[in-house]
Amino acid sequence: MDYNFHWRPVFRALPDLFEAALITLEISTLSILLGIVLGMVLAISKMKGPWPLRALAIGWIEIARNTPALFQLFFFGFGLGAFGLHLSPYMIVLIGLTYNNAGYLAETFRGGINAVPETQVKAGRSLGMTATQVFTRIIAPQVLKIVYHPMTNQFVWAVLMSSLGMLVGFRELSGETQFFASKTFRIFEYFAVTALIYYVIVKIILGVSKLIAWRAFRWGN
Amino acid sequence: MEQVFFTGLQWSDAWFLVEAAQKSLWISVLSISVGTVLGIIFGWVLHEGRWIAAGTLGTVLDAFRSIPLIIQLVLFFNFFPIIGFPLDPFQAGTIVLALYTSALVANVARGGIESVGEPMQRAARSLGMSYWQNLRHVVWPIGLRSVLPSWIGVVLGVVKDSALVSVLGYVELLRASQILITRTQEPFAILAIVGVFYFLISFPIGRIGKRLEGKWSS
Repeated sequence: MDYNFHWRPVFRALPDLFEAALITLEISTLSILLGIVLGMVLAISKMKGPWPLRALAIGWIEIARNTPALFQLFFFGFGLGAFGLHLSPYMIVLIGLTYNNAGYLAETFRGGINAVPETQVKAGRSLGMTATQVFTRIIAPQVLKIVYHPMTNQFVWAVLMSSLGMLVGFRELSGETQFFASKTFRIFEYFAVTALIYYVIVKIILGVSKLIAWRAFRWGN
Repeated sequence: MEQVFFTGLQWSDAWFLVEAAQKSLWISVLSISVGTVLGIIFGWVLHEGRWIAAGTLGTVLDAFRSIPLIIQLVLFFNFFPIIGFPLDPFQAGTIVLALYTSALVANVARGGIESVGEPMQRAARSLGMSYWQNLRHVVWPIGLRSVLPSWIGVVLGVVKDSALVSVLGYVELLRASQILITRTQEPFAILAIVGVFYFLISFPIGRIGKRLEGKWSS
């Protein structure tokens, strides 16, 4: 083994890497929030929408789930270029991740809504609750409890997926690492540190989500 | 002068894409096969091992699931030359994808083993079955049924994730599309074709998974 590890340049780049890690967090958080809203709309459209809306929702969901995330990014990156639509790397990653999150979350939400028996709606209504009350007090809490864990997983995937930004020229954590690595040729060292940062980010997300779940879902065990 | 670098789509390009799709499939099949065998063994260790073995292995496998695959690929690809075994993109990609698959399958396999009730295993042992006979004739067939849909989910994920091997320069389907786009400047048509390819591979697999889930969930 005649390779000398050089960690010093990596340490000097650490502040930049941490800053890039914040961008990673920001874009994945944003994409998951947008994904939750759109996923909800897609799930309801697929279940109850008129047929054009339902067809659109099914198309969205199936393409999001059956093609690689990188392909979806490329599509929003280069594919739309054919129509003269050139998005910035930030928008490519944000739209790509949101598209993917929404597709997966839609199926999660659909499963969650289906898991709550319809009879509960009737029971709540016959007790004199309004439709809104039934939804916010009976249905929503149960659905939330069911979809909470898959939603957390999706957030972790969004963080991991955002690393694909590197391939469309976005300088989040991976892109920034790539930038420094190609400047110094210390590829292994840089990517090893970045791997560690991702690991820590994922562990923090899972830890916090466990804490929230412990506090929020104490009822009904 | 006529442009010689940008040429339109030709029939030979279709063949180029088909060949690239075969490469995508081949690296997926290879790494899924190896990864599944490894994953079942790992899952058994996670279930059966004492805390040192199970804990260490669990932590390592967890790392595979907590670090972006693309980082793992770059890391391994650049690690092997350091220890004196430079690998080509296909070899490095297959190894990383197989390990990644094994990390996912290990969890599935452990779930499968744990889904077989303790009483049933005790019953098997008291009927005179050896430890291995119990595993082979009781745990395996029953556990397999309960986790086959999850395993298909893993397969689906890995087939799609195989696109990331392109980052090492291996010309699989997505990379091939990039090459064609650069030459023909027709991103939309080519990406649409590639999307259909992936869809035709993934969609049937997902359907089979769903059908099995419906059939065996009772």
